[in-house]
Amino acid sequence: MQTPKFLSSRVVADRDPSSRRRFLRTSGLGLAAAGLLLTGCEDDDDPVIMNNSVNLGSGDVGVLNYAFALEQLEAAFYAQVLQGDYYASATAEEKQILLDLEAHERAHMDFFEAAISSVATAIPALEVDFSSIDFNSRTSVLNTAQTFEDLGVSAYNGAGRLLQNPDFLVVAGKIVSVEARHAAAIRSINSGSPTAFANSEVVDANGLDVSRTPAQVLSMASAFIITPIDASGLPQ
Amino acid sequence: MKLLKLFNQFEALADAEIQGKATTRREAFSTFGRTVGKVATVALPLTAFMAPSRAFAQSSSMSIAEVLNFALTLEYLEAEFYAMGLDADGLLSGDTRETVALISQHESAHVEFLRSAIGSLGMDPVESPEFDFTAGGTFEDVFNNEQVFLAVAQAFEDTGVRAYKGQATNLMGNGDILTAALQIHSVEARHASEIRRIRGSKGWITGATNTTGASAAAAVYAGEANVTHLGVDATTVTSVDTDHVTEAYDEPLSTQAVLDIAGLFIK
Repeated sequence: MQTPKFLSSRVVADRDPSSRRRFLRTSGLGLAAAGLLLTGCEDDDDPVIMNNSVNLGSGDVGVLNYAFALEQLEAAFYAQVLQGDYYASATAEEKQILLDLEAHERAHMDFFEAAISSVATAIPALEVDFSSIDFNSRTSVLNTAQTFEDLGVSAYNGAGRLLQNPDFLVVAGKIVSVEARHAAAIRSINSGSPTAFANSEVVDANGLDVSRTPAQVLSMASAFIITPIDASGLPQ
Repeated sequence: MKLLKLFNQFEALADAEIQGKATTRREAFSTFGRTVGKVATVALPLTAFMAPSRAFAQSSSMSIAEVLNFALTLEYLEAEFYAMGLDADGLLSGDTRETVALISQHESAHVEFLRSAIGSLGMDPVESPEFDFTAGGTFEDVFNNEQVFLAVAQAFEDTGVRAYKGQATNLMGNGDILTAALQIHSVEARHASEIRRIRGSKGWITGATNTTGASAAAAVYAGEANVTHLGVDATTVTSVDTDHVTEAYDEPLSTQAVLDIAGLFIK
């Protein structure tokens, strides 16, 4: 059942989930061994794949991989939105917004993969689970989009302080305000209310947006991500 | 002339900041969030010798209190602008009025929050400058014409987003303050998106396109077409077209660039 040599070897899976599964099957690793194996991971900056779990890594790279994971989730979501019946029958304004958001999130995702890969190891493609979303339903799509955009804003807001390298903070800043622009637009078309873009659900009495820790964010995102994510190496 | 006034005000701040540095800055920072006011009591010689004429605009990196006072000045500008807009007879009605009222509420809250945060660092918050929202007559109808008002609002919000972004790295020494600044930053971005969309623009900035209709606001969008981040040309690593790539990133503005823009509206 177990292959002890796996404990000390880092396996970076390729981007094809099916071949990853094939590899995992071949390696004979089962879910039961997951916890045990993860405790054997070395503590360094690189993300690690152990059986079907993804370790974000530690330090700034871990934080960037965390952002990369969220961008993957958003990009995968909007890619499916554009294939659904709701999008096909949406208003011109809604189509423009969703088309733009798909492009922006894909641009973010591709950028993170390239930028992280140039200095360390980027996490592989995550497997997502959108079975709870009805891509033919306007309500389902926009509610989910709103959740993801607000979540993204809160994630970047909470992650800024975890970064050590100022250049990384600047990039996170460049992206988070676009996520906030998205969130406002999606909220606006979703509810039609003139105050939905920044109402008290997301802005408190001090005029501050939501900030969440990686643990809080990943807990909420986990409903949509099949691949287990180990964020234990992230800075606190 | 206007800018000179602004700089003079910041010089006074720099003086105060030097005293602040001379005391127990680290200790004062640790009290942030507990609203404990700190009073400068000890003077250390080293920082006292620093030239007090150092203005915000001339320093490449500002202290945390300087950043917060800089942000406070922008929030004063926005808060007064929206308050005056809501007070102006017949200017705003219906949904637009509701939107502006919420934004106004946030900007006033930011003023109070920043004043309190600066006080918790043992520093004095800067007082509000006097504003001229017509920018010397460029926006003569700003409180009579809703379209002009919203165009100026867009310029302020898009500037605010870029201004906070440009200061983030100066706040890295204090996680609580950095987080709070980011939480304000994203609210400004929500405002910008909504105001832009009310005006018929996209909520995000394509290239460096100035959609305010006012050439005076060109500086607000200068540099927004940048596609290189962390040394990576973001257009070369994706199949997404260049316009969309530029939309996907907002760019920071330098302190000087923000002061140049804000200076247009300061008496």
